[in-house]
Amino acid sequence: MTDANRELTEITEQKYKYGFVTDVAEDRIRKGLDEDIVRLISSKKNEPAFLLDFRLKAFRHWLTLEEPTWAKVRYNPIDYQEIVYYSAPKPRKKLASMDEVDPELREAFAKLGIPLEEQKRLSNVAVDAVFDSVSVATTFKKKLADMGVIFGSFSDAVREHPELVERYLGSVVPYTDNYFATLNSAVFSDGSFAYIPKGVRCPMELSTYFRINAADTGQFERTLIVADEGSHVSYLEGCTAPQRDQNQLHAAVVELVALDGAEIKYSTVQNWYPGDAEGRGGIFNFVTKRGKAMKRSKISWTQVETGSAITWKYPSCILQGDDSVGEFYSVALANHRQQADTGTKMIHIGKNTRSTIVSKGISAGHGQNTYRGQVKIMKGADGARNHSQCDSLLIGGHCGAHTFPYIEARNPTAQVEHEATTSKISEDQLFYCRQRGIKEEDAVSMIVNGFARQVLKELPMEFAVEAQKLLGMSLEGSVG
Amino acid sequence: MSQQPNDGTPLLEVRALQARIDDKAILKGLDLTVMPGEVHAIMGPNGSGKSTFAGVLAGRDRAEVTGGSATLDGKDLLAMAPEERAVAGLFLGFQYPVEIPGVGNMYFLRTALNAQRRARGEEELDAVDFLGLAKEKMKLVEMDPAFMNRGVNEGFSGGEKKRNEVLQMAVLEPRLSILDEIDSGLDIDALRVVARGVEALRSPDRATLLVTHYQRLLEYIVPDKIHVMAGGRIVRTGGRELALELEKKGYAWVEP
Repeated sequence: MTDANRELTEITEQKYKYGFVTDVAEDRIRKGLDEDIVRLISSKKNEPAFLLDFRLKAFRHWLTLEEPTWAKVRYNPIDYQEIVYYSAPKPRKKLASMDEVDPELREAFAKLGIPLEEQKRLSNVAVDAVFDSVSVATTFKKKLADMGVIFGSFSDAVREHPELVERYLGSVVPYTDNYFATLNSAVFSDGSFAYIPKGVRCPMELSTYFRINAADTGQFERTLIVADEGSHVSYLEGCTAPQRDQNQLHAAVVELVALDGAEIKYSTVQNWYPGDAEGRGGIFNFVTKRGKAMKRSKISWTQVETGSAITWKYPSCILQGDDSVGEFYSVALANHRQQADTGTKMIHIGKNTRSTIVSKGISAGHGQNTYRGQVKIMKGADGARNHSQCDSLLIGGHCGAHTFPYIEARNPTAQVEHEATTSKISEDQLFYCRQRGIKEEDAVSMIVNGFARQVLKELPMEFAVEAQKLLGMSLEGSVG
Repeated sequence: MSQQPNDGTPLLEVRALQARIDDKAILKGLDLTVMPGEVHAIMGPNGSGKSTFAGVLAGRDRAEVTGGSATLDGKDLLAMAPEERAVAGLFLGFQYPVEIPGVGNMYFLRTALNAQRRARGEEELDAVDFLGLAKEKMKLVEMDPAFMNRGVNEGFSGGEKKRNEVLQMAVLEPRLSILDEIDSGLDIDALRVVARGVEALRSPDRATLLVTHYQRLLEYIVPDKIHVMAGGRIVRTGGRELALELEKKGYAWVEP
């Protein structure tokens, strides 16, 4: 069999293997949430008992919780009984060529500089099988499997590696954690799972790009990444292309486990539909992300948040092991009527634990941007160190930037530093750029990217370039 | 550029220019003609309107133009956006160059050059060609290449900022360079560098307008004409002897 043929065969098999198979006629269940619905979700997914048990405990706990109101965001009340909590991923309609793709989306692709093959994949246009990203994914999957790396959908992991899922699910974000995480624990649909064995350096960036069944798991996504001792992995989530979804409420949970000496780098570009200029529509994004770092391990979060009407998100690190390191690099942009309340928690438990926080908030239009961060040094964390830097950039006179840093140090040997600045794009800066021949919109984009540079340089290369363009695009029409 | 020198068209022609800031008239009927190949200096006391004039020519909207005209190569400057004036060949060296944190100096300059080239329908320079050009010009202004990777003017000293302005001018090769108080706060070495930058651009189809309070700069750059500005107008025009006379007698001599 030639290579091309083998690949073709593999693809066919892959599609069969990973494609959604269901013997129930309907792929949606009735709206609303009760214990029966939770049981139904679990049975539709053929889950083992421990998972149903996890879901039920979460659901029962959720009933005792109140939706939190402490974040600096405003939205109309969510009716949790009006939501459909399970719908099977529907295969998207295959398009014959890029001409059939929404022109607005095509324009966005062009501006972002996304390669044609990837554009096709993102918009579900049929591609020549040999060059199809699926075949690339197949090759990569084999390479990963050879090294013992497990990477795929959460559902697959539940089927194929239930012992790993049982051991680590909820070990960082317990089902009792918070209103939205608890809701997710009860009803999550799918997500990603990765396990990197001892001492393995994952040979490529893991991303949903290479996941064959990436379709529509957006609403209640669950991600679990376990890096075993001395291993190393870099994971990319999301994409710069505009993403729309008919479900307004998103409540995802991401758990990272870095065992002794392991390193996890988790990068996100979030560009969910932000709503229109008047604030109609748009995704409510309530996300719980947390990592647990054991001895000498390192967890690094990098996020570029440009989408969603509401962002409520605090990727955090529990620095449990001695000498562990936590990092948080964030750019959050709020334009038009967007509201972002985002930041991190660094919990120092082990000795000589270190954390770095760099947060860059950009507000434009009527956008409201809040940094909320907590640095907690526990009693036993001798020699713990933290450095936080929170910068806000304002564009125009109707937006807002807010900073709520909480610092709690229970160990006298700890060193905690916090720096914060707020600045505006000045008329002088814009005029300076324009005098050199640079158009105003390009000047704004350049100044904003300069402001965010410290964070953008943490992103993997190909992501960074697109993210820069994305920042500029998200600010279109914000000046003048 | 293809503009023929000495065909009789002034490079810059300003007629009866009036401008105000808020309700205060600053420019009150200013006339000035600069021919290609010439270097002019505008001198004057503080508050005479020199910097406002430079700003108005470049399109800064702090002042509102209330009358008169200004043309570059016969084209109406006042109708153009600031970036269009830059594309047309007007360069303003700032008295207080701003800092743009995080935007690399080199990146900024290449973006500016290519924006201008693109707007003029010329081919953009790739990173390698640009680097060659920038290195050559950096030698001219004796600038440490390390500055190129720092943010635009970020943490630069006063003198370094001014050198950077001259570097930008040298790379962009404008037809008309307006240098606003480029000499303020400079030591002798830096003055010499600035002078060298201006001299290097002297050519039959370009011109320079130096705006300065002191005649010190004119020891290094010899202008073809010196104008004295007071009360929002040009009140005297002459040669080098005018600068020396000003030095001796002070500006009170020319106050209207």
